[in-house]
Amino acid sequence: MAEKLSRRPYLRPVTSEWIFRHPRYLRYMVREFSCLFIGGWTLLMVWGLKQLSEGPAAWAVFLEVLKAPEIIVFHVLALAFAVYHSITWFNLTPKALPLQIGDGFMPDAVIAGAHFAAWAAVSLAVLYLAGAF
Amino acid sequence: MARSNKPIVWGPFAAGGTLTALLTPALVLLTLLAAFGHAPEVLAFERLHALASHWLAKVTLAGVVFLSLWSAAHRLRITCYDLGIRADTVVATLVYAGALAGTGASVLYLLRI
Repeated sequence: MAEKLSRRPYLRPVTSEWIFRHPRYLRYMVREFSCLFIGGWTLLMVWGLKQLSEGPAAWAVFLEVLKAPEIIVFHVLALAFAVYHSITWFNLTPKALPLQIGDGFMPDAVIAGAHFAAWAAVSLAVLYLAGAF
Repeated sequence: MARSNKPIVWGPFAAGGTLTALLTPALVLLTLLAAFGHAPEVLAFERLHALASHWLAKVTLAGVVFLSLWSAAHRLRITCYDLGIRADTVVATLVYAGALAGTGASVLYLLRI
């Protein structure tokens, strides 16, 4: 088809090898892959809701499945990716929510720092209210 | 004026990104503790069932599921594009439908509690 044209427009090849051209691209992709773990863990919890709605025996099955080695491996990876997502997300907050004060801007470290503090507070509150410690 | 549906898909993505950044690591830690046999009190059937019986908890849980799934779906769509899959309409339809299906299922289960 393309050979029959008198003009042959340049078709930029679509590849995925660009990821490995620079560590920055790789870090970007690692951050993006966090969606598989956060989404996957959420779907596991949707199944947990199903088990919860079906009674104590079904819920016990859910708790038992959590102890499977492959689920534990998934959980450890999901935790690492979720933490990485949080760090990258809060590091971007000064770009997403710049705060102007008079002629200047609130320093980036203050905006990101406030978000990291909120993250710590929410995490501690969740763990405390859930009775984890 | 040019119209765009971007805010509709991007709004829940940004909200979900913030919510998962704040909440997901702690929640994953809770189920990880359960996996090691140290299930926090809240994961005992009676406690969790009583908690999830309240309408406010149902709305909150459904909201958390929706925003988490939607932001993951949106990121997966962009990742597919980055990796060279250019059938964006197909990918977008699949991932957003998946997020809505997961949310719909959780609403159904919550209503049965």
